[in-house]
Amino acid sequence: MNTYEQWIAFVTIVRKEISRYLRIWTQTLLPSAITMSLYFVIFGTLIGSRIGEMGGYTYMEFVVPGLIMMAIVTNSYSNVVSSFFGSKFSHSVEELLVSPVSNVVILMGYVVGGITRGMLVAVVVTLVSLFFTELRIHSYFIVVVVVVLTSTLFALAGFINAVYANSFDDISIVPVFVLTPLIYLGGVFYSMDLLPEFWANVSKLNPLVYVVNAFRYGVLGISDVSLTFAFTMIIGFTILAFAYSMYLLRTGTRLRQ
Amino acid sequence: MKQGAITTMLPALSIENLSKVYDNGFEALKGISLSVDQGDFFALLGPNGAGKSTTIGIICSLVAKSGGRVSVFDIDIDENFPAAKRFIGIVPQEFNFNQFEKPLDIVINQAGYYGLPATQARKQAEKYLRELGLWEQRDVQARMLSGGMKRRLMIARALVHEPRLLILDEPTAGVDIEMRRSMWEFLEKINEQGTTIILTTHYLEEAEALCRHIAIIDHGEIVENSSIKDLLRRLHRETFILDCIEEVPESIKIKAFKTRRIDTHTLEVEVEKGQHLNDVFSALDGDGIHISSMRNRANRLEEMFVNLIDGAA
Repeated sequence: MNTYEQWIAFVTIVRKEISRYLRIWTQTLLPSAITMSLYFVIFGTLIGSRIGEMGGYTYMEFVVPGLIMMAIVTNSYSNVVSSFFGSKFSHSVEELLVSPVSNVVILMGYVVGGITRGMLVAVVVTLVSLFFTELRIHSYFIVVVVVVLTSTLFALAGFINAVYANSFDDISIVPVFVLTPLIYLGGVFYSMDLLPEFWANVSKLNPLVYVVNAFRYGVLGISDVSLTFAFTMIIGFTILAFAYSMYLLRTGTRLRQ
Repeated sequence: MKQGAITTMLPALSIENLSKVYDNGFEALKGISLSVDQGDFFALLGPNGAGKSTTIGIICSLVAKSGGRVSVFDIDIDENFPAAKRFIGIVPQEFNFNQFEKPLDIVINQAGYYGLPATQARKQAEKYLRELGLWEQRDVQARMLSGGMKRRLMIARALVHEPRLLILDEPTAGVDIEMRRSMWEFLEKINEQGTTIILTTHYLEEAEALCRHIAIIDHGEIVENSSIKDLLRRLHRETFILDCIEEVPESIKIKAFKTRRIDTHTLEVEVEKGQHLNDVFSALDGDGIHISSMRNRANRLEEMFVNLIDGAA
């Protein structure tokens, strides 16, 4: 296939992915808007008013970037994991495997599908947050770069999970038992300064800390970790996840007999 | 529009010494070789677990081979699998599309995976959905289609990029007789238009009606590979069922023929190679028994197939 034909194949996969999550928007887009509204009401307004300032900002202002990032992470991940595993489960992934479309196009088609859902939900959650607080952006450039990199990273992670999954249980184990705890312990609701030194150091092993703090820097201009180090970690993890996903596709792991 | 300029002498499919050992140690293919000419209508037969689906899986990249060589229109799949894939259309045994998508979307998307621009993809999808009688159902969820319609949807999907080699794995399994006949007509039509067709089937009547060449695979080995005509010529024995007008006596015997009285008016006769049915009719006529109709007990190919698989041929 020439480059133009590969592009057509890529657009076909992305379009299919986008129409899939838009078709079932009550399952894919609406829950994040409702959940985040509840977070804003409970943590931001009710509890937040008693907490006072954090990092020089009201608690509501502090948690909003973390909650937006939480929505991006969970949605980009769950879009790819559920869509790709679903196509494995129904064997419709064979439509792609028997065609001449290249592995990188298959991977990027699904990943871009995940990125678009992550970004769409981010827009929805951001709009919801405007009902609760005023949002000023410190650096649009950093915000956009962090959103794209993070959604790419977690879409790739969702792809890897989907490749290894044998049942629908397997695609919920990682989000429930790994992703959610990492998000909650990744500084969405608190500053690292509040932690004892030991736990603050342990937290630095959590990749979500860098994602949340880099995004918070883009929005508020404050971060618990070095921005350079945060970007290095995010880019490093993304490259690793991409390379491993390509390896899985090239070897046909759990896809070809 | 068929892709590329192909020299007519090249085989559509060439398999040399193909082997497959699965991770659990099961040896599904033990070095099979076969060649399918361009324009042929070829049947790959064999009992369950013989290695048919493994062979097809390797040709279309869903199964990784352990050894050997596969070429599609002289393109070695080890050297340029994407180029080889462009020539292949595959209709698998199991339904392998998203049941919640619409038939039109399923076929258009498949065209997209082969790099067909949107307008051409839609045109091609419409052409094949119409030809296969699915245009009226194009916008319903695929899960709402009947079993026969789902099979035809997979054929439309396999043809949307106009492959030169169409491989069908049990295409008429679970399809009613009327639908099966219309699918046969369609397959014969596209074969006449130049598409090489390989099919696996359990309906040997189907293979006999459609195919010109046949390979029989058993326990991962090719046990027969010839034209249907040659194969049937080698058939040693045929069994006929005769419907008699007069009552058949229980003690009936026809010299040199093995007979079995099935009921009062039905007689089964085995005719060995070199014997003539006329002798049977003459003998029965001599006993005052007239024949109203006659049929094969089993499809002739089926009889041959059973003989080959049992090692008796």
